[in-house]
Amino acid sequence: VKRFTLFRAKPQAPLERRPFDLLCLTVAVVLGVHAPHLPWWLTLVLAATLGLCWWQRRRGDSRTPAYLKLPLVALLAGAVVFHYNTLFGREPGTALACGLLVLKLLETYTPRDARVGAGFACFALMSALLFDQSMLVTVFVALGLLPAIAALRALEPARPQTTLARELLPALGLLAASLPLALLAFVFVPRLSSPLWGAPNSAQARSGLSADMSPGDFSEVLLDDRPAMRVTFEDAPPPNAQRYFRAHVLWNYDGRTWTGKDQGNGPAQVEHGPALRYTISLEATGQRALPALDVPVEVPPNTQVGPDWELVADRPVNDPLVYRLSSALAYHLQTQLDDHDRRRALQLPAGFDPRARALGERWRAQYGANDAAIIQAAMDLFHDGGFSYTLAPAPLGTNVIDDFLFGTHEGFCEHYASSFTVLMRAAGIPARVVTGYQGGYWNAIGNYLLVRQSDAHAWSEVWLPHRGWVRLDPTAAVRPERVNQGSAAANAATSDWSANQWLLGWRNRWDVVNQWWNQGVIGFDTLRQHGLLTSFGVRDTSVGTLGLLLAVGGSLFAALGLSWAMWKRPETDQARAAMRLLEKRLSLAGLVRRHSEGPQHYLSRAARALPSQRGELEHLMRTYLELRYAHEEPPAYLLKNFRQAVRDFRPRRVVK
Amino acid sequence: MQEALRRFRLWAERRLPALTRYRRGESLPILLHRRRIYIVPTGFGGAFSVLLLVMLVGALNYSNNAALMLTCLLGSATSASMLVAFRSLNGLRVANIRHGHAIAGEPMLLELVFAGSDHAHPSIHAQTDEQAEAFAVAAHGETVVSLSLPTEHRGWQALPRIKLWSNWPLGLFHAWSWIHPDQSVLVWPRPEIGGPPPVLPGDDGKKRRLLQGEDIAALRAYRAGDPQRHIAWKHSARHENLLVKDFEQPEAQEEWRLDWRQLSQLVPEMRIARLARWLGEAEAVGRPTSLWLPNEDIGLGHGRSHYAHCMNALARLP
Repeated sequence: VKRFTLFRAKPQAPLERRPFDLLCLTVAVVLGVHAPHLPWWLTLVLAATLGLCWWQRRRGDSRTPAYLKLPLVALLAGAVVFHYNTLFGREPGTALACGLLVLKLLETYTPRDARVGAGFACFALMSALLFDQSMLVTVFVALGLLPAIAALRALEPARPQTTLARELLPALGLLAASLPLALLAFVFVPRLSSPLWGAPNSAQARSGLSADMSPGDFSEVLLDDRPAMRVTFEDAPPPNAQRYFRAHVLWNYDGRTWTGKDQGNGPAQVEHGPALRYTISLEATGQRALPALDVPVEVPPNTQVGPDWELVADRPVNDPLVYRLSSALAYHLQTQLDDHDRRRALQLPAGFDPRARALGERWRAQYGANDAAIIQAAMDLFHDGGFSYTLAPAPLGTNVIDDFLFGTHEGFCEHYASSFTVLMRAAGIPARVVTGYQGGYWNAIGNYLLVRQSDAHAWSEVWLPHRGWVRLDPTAAVRPERVNQGSAAANAATSDWSANQWLLGWRNRWDVVNQWWNQGVIGFDTLRQHGLLTSFGVRDTSVGTLGLLLAVGGSLFAALGLSWAMWKRPETDQARAAMRLLEKRLSLAGLVRRHSEGPQHYLSRAARALPSQRGELEHLMRTYLELRYAHEEPPAYLLKNFRQAVRDFRPRRVVK
Repeated sequence: MQEALRRFRLWAERRLPALTRYRRGESLPILLHRRRIYIVPTGFGGAFSVLLLVMLVGALNYSNNAALMLTCLLGSATSASMLVAFRSLNGLRVANIRHGHAIAGEPMLLELVFAGSDHAHPSIHAQTDEQAEAFAVAAHGETVVSLSLPTEHRGWQALPRIKLWSNWPLGLFHAWSWIHPDQSVLVWPRPEIGGPPPVLPGDDGKKRRLLQGEDIAALRAYRAGDPQRHIAWKHSARHENLLVKDFEQPEAQEEWRLDWRQLSQLVPEMRIARLARWLGEAEAVGRPTSLWLPNEDIGLGHGRSHYAHCMNALARLP
């Protein structure tokens, strides 16, 4: 007994040349996107293998012998272990995946092999995004899907034949058509609140603010685009120039490195004005410091207040942490400075930076007891002394401050804060360095302030009689944009290309795009999702709500897609269209037109079945026949009459 | 209960014609529409979905939004390909099925004429038990697909259910529709391998005289006894041997009046097989035949259409 099977085990046809070419192209793209982090020799060897394989297949169908395949896999695994010392982890894993993908091509002989290869290539393409999520890489990876899709498409028999380049066009069309649904899914897919397994780069040291600071330390942090924290304010956010989040207060200087206070008493006494309530969601830092605006008035639980009103959590922040607090931006902090603190706030390491100390002492001699004049002199020095802001300053020697102040004249916030504090101490004004974050990106859609690692900043606080500790930001004297617009604006003009104004403008514009990408796509997390939904009046953003929204949106797109798939071009022949309408109405009354039943036969049958409407139906039949067969070019009124008659015709149900 | 079941069946038949194709055939032309096109993921489609799921979990776990975006893009392209798979079948029309002739046991050629709707239908497979053919139909175009239908017995044979399917565009989804045309083909009886010639009324005694014709059929070597006037002198001059013109006249074939009743000693199937052989032999030499059957009396005739007529009559015998 023969029977049909739904999935018949089909004998595998040999692979045609076109899908194989497309597959090779896909693998080439995969190698291309992975090249930046693969060892160069592996990339070269794999590319050569790919080319050789393609060429061999092009020349003729000689199979790769089996005794070669297994040693090749072993060789690949050996090479990866040799380079990375392990097979597991992000880098060795992707290196192995790329290698296996190329080796898979060696044994790709059937459509099934090619499908496996294309699917695996999609995965390998995605894994490139684990290394770099920038917009360019993402777009390139998405374009890498084109040959993969085209290869799958080319595997189907009896497809339209075109050139290789034109094979990619339908794939592009498919991706473009599916972009809206992809965006919908992207926006509404519920994000995980905590990772299911370890983050890929847990082995790497988390870059971020460290508890101490030496000039030049920050440059890595300042280039780090990852979010550091997000701040939601209950009322209006403070202006940009007041967004100073203090994290560490550094007193001790050993000629190179600033470190925190050794031992603390209770927090210093403070008088403060009205407080500002806000919530900070801090990314994992691995440290105990919690950044907070100037003087925290209400502090979150499980937190201590340090002697200088910095917040210290009980445990290191190893997972993202959300805390609510309020801070006063107008305050008098420690108006009485005791001798111990004063000594420490004036301490300078012996034998370092003689010229800077001399300059400070000279100012003191020049301005007498006028602290404000001394501060102004220092600010003027930074502003008019030919200093420039750059993230890649020249290296400094033993006397860091002297070299910077009188030699290189270039640096970033750390250099300015350090040297300003040293100058103040030399002039006899108690001063200390504070590190933390400054500025941030105000997200109007999400109504929150996004602070990135690159917003890390260092500034000074000087102690003035009757006023206590006063914040002074020498970086602002050099580059006001850093404080008013944020780190991105400050960095934009500091690269080597800055001479070329056109290029600079282009880069600035491009930076907006990057910024948009970083903000809108890379940084789109639970909080942003929440913010976006809130602006549409959706308060509850639980997984259930998101799933519901996703389902509703998906159904909308499904309806759209179905209407496209089932759309039929409307009938251009109006007489036939009218006849169709008539057939439809009659079929509702139980008179279905049979296949191969002519109009005359059908309508006379209808007339017999509906005796009460016999006259009408016979008239319709005569008109239709005349319309169809009596004239070369039927007169317009005939068509009009027929359509009118059909529209007016309502069959009464057949009564049997 | 019975009534409810019947009603349900009628309803199902009306709503989902393809599900009940086993029950009854349908007349041509057959238009494929949404109620009769089914779609499931292929094995590769299932595996690809698992891959997408892995990518999704990975992207979510590492909060890698670019990877998440890429996964969403691939996922939605996958679902879009489902619609494309449906569309490649939707609107396709089986306009006509033509068939050739075949004797029992030999495959019969079926030609399925497909007509396209207002869009192209790429990469469609027509599949029967034995065979699958891939084809494409252009928008408003016509494509003829040849399938061979195995035959076993003489007589009417219903066309099998034919599965039209497509994995277009990416091989992730399998869309299919069964068509079951209520058309039957007539399979001719198989002639017997060898046997006696038909007994003709005045067969014995009257030896047929070999008539000499007018037309030169060929030249052959001289044999002793050939008349001298048949020698082709001109041709022989260029040859070593004498050549003789060989004359031939199409044998005035005596007609065979084949009669079912003459073979009363045989069982019916053997009679049919013998008649079929005689008809075949007569057709090969162009002999006029007539055929008397219990339900049909076919007058004298010759040629291909006469042969087909007679064979059809034989095939239709109960």
